[in-house]
Amino acid sequence: MGGDPMASGKRMRAHWEHFAHQADMGVRGIGPSKAQAFEQAALAMTAIMTDPATVKPLEMIRIDCEAPDDELLLAEWLNSLVYEMSTRRMLFGRFTVELGPGALQGRAWGERIDPERHHPAVEVKGATYTSLRVAQEGGGWIAQTVVDV
Amino acid sequence: MDLALLTRRCEHEWEIPAHGAMRVPAVIFASEALVRQMDHKVYEQAVNVAMLPGIVTASFVMPDAHWGYGFPIGGVAAFDADGGGVVSAGGVGFDVSCGVRCLHTGFKSAALRAAQEELADVLYAQIPVGVGSTGGIHLGVSETDAMLTGGASWAVHNGWGEAEDLERIEERGQMSGADPHQVSARAKQRQQDEMGTLGSGNHYLEVQHVTGIFDGALARQFGLEMDDVVVMIHCGSRGLGHQIGTDFLKRMAIAAGAYGIALPDRELACAPIRSELGQSYLGAMRAAINCALANRQILTHLVRRAFAHVLPEAKLPLLYDVSHNTCKLEQHGGRSLYVHRKGATRAFGPGHPELPEALRAAGQPVLIGGSMGSGSYILAGTHSSQRQAFSSACHGAGRAMSRHQASRTWRGREVIEALAARGITVRSPSMRGVAEEAPEAYKDVAAVVDSAEAAGLARKVARVEPLICIKG
Repeated sequence: MGGDPMASGKRMRAHWEHFAHQADMGVRGIGPSKAQAFEQAALAMTAIMTDPATVKPLEMIRIDCEAPDDELLLAEWLNSLVYEMSTRRMLFGRFTVELGPGALQGRAWGERIDPERHHPAVEVKGATYTSLRVAQEGGGWIAQTVVDV
Repeated sequence: MDLALLTRRCEHEWEIPAHGAMRVPAVIFASEALVRQMDHKVYEQAVNVAMLPGIVTASFVMPDAHWGYGFPIGGVAAFDADGGGVVSAGGVGFDVSCGVRCLHTGFKSAALRAAQEELADVLYAQIPVGVGSTGGIHLGVSETDAMLTGGASWAVHNGWGEAEDLERIEERGQMSGADPHQVSARAKQRQQDEMGTLGSGNHYLEVQHVTGIFDGALARQFGLEMDDVVVMIHCGSRGLGHQIGTDFLKRMAIAAGAYGIALPDRELACAPIRSELGQSYLGAMRAAINCALANRQILTHLVRRAFAHVLPEAKLPLLYDVSHNTCKLEQHGGRSLYVHRKGATRAFGPGHPELPEALRAAGQPVLIGGSMGSGSYILAGTHSSQRQAFSSACHGAGRAMSRHQASRTWRGREVIEALAARGITVRSPSMRGVAEEAPEAYKDVAAVVDSAEAAGLARKVARVEPLICIKG
């Protein structure tokens, strides 16, 4: 399962995929840069709930987070999105990420959940640290973890 | 799992001898067939848990165990605060106090069949279910704190249920030691519109009927006869519990080094019980238990209202309410231990003082949820369960197939039609959600409970099968 809703890079195409976990779901973002891998990981998380292409970018919210290393920063980014989805009753289908030392500035575009159109399958409870990994690989970056559903 | 890695103690009990940094052995309770089905990750996670400071006796694995995060789902581990023991957010899970509640209805299935479709419609209309759903209750800040302290007692006090319900809930419906001040503003905000909501994923509300009695005497003590209609509710602490898991997983992962804890895996994030962070987590986690108990109490009220609309003569008293994602301070063998049960049900045996008087002679009801098609089981705690694994038993069927694979294998509409042909009415807002929860995506719950009984974890009392399933 994967998608290519984002830009392509010189070295590799930014994309996302799910990976198997017996009870929950693995999300993996892959991109030419670490920031793009983070963006794609967020799309992979949305895809657990609905097809990201069905989410209209009607509203933008900003997300700032901090963590002592890249891996905890990825978990924090995804968990911040879970919080925003939960309290705003929204889904997001487009993301941008800027990374600084130990900090992330993100933007997420989306809309309120419409069960008739989005057919959301399952809510994400949170990003775990299982299979949590941010690494340079194959000329690009991967950012992955398992999310609890 | 590779059987060559295990020492067989007896038919349904396997040991991973302590080696390397393990402080105690790991013990798996399961048949050979179930052990073979377990992922190797269950082995790794059971071994990792055995390395944690202050663990007592063994890292236990229940027959339905599968790969979790940190602890396996179906993992039980007890820690001694005097021995430097720890408390772990990953050892409880994100859905703190997720559990199962069972209600009697006083009906036989024939009476229910006559109103089955109408009741399904009314339940589906009354019970907020699915992603993004909100309840009819909005909690302000002070009321949230009252709920986090009072649990199901708070709910009953506010008119959602009867005082006698509380007798039939673990902790009498109110977990002591809850500290709402340790719960983040984010966690409280996530909950302010989610009281009385069922959630999604593997959470459900089912109307079921008894299709098998295995122990007549125990069944009578539980008030169950063949063909009796019951209601089972499976859900937890909703957004509040999820956020507490998120908050403390991060705090514990960052702080572990400062506490001198070498984590074999970051996802085992924990803190000494006798530390500020450990105490903070316990206060927050106990508040989340109260949130789950209050939530299931409000859902019970909504179920009663729906029944009253369709079957006005219905009375729906509780059989019992159990939680299967918790850490609780309990007495075992004369010691006070912090028992983590992640995807495992407490199973106190006959005579335990925690049990209500009406159930004390029988032992604690152990409510085991199955899948939409395979049915569920009601078991009872035994004296031997107290010796085996700190009075713990399994909690469900456990997945045999990932959600990803299930959604590619089945279509939700086909699953609903196949169940309808068997007399099971399903209502759900998400066809993909139904596909991911297809009965065949789960292990055989009968094999799990057979193994739990054979291992001495609990005794089988009754089997129930669904008539109506409301699925998130």
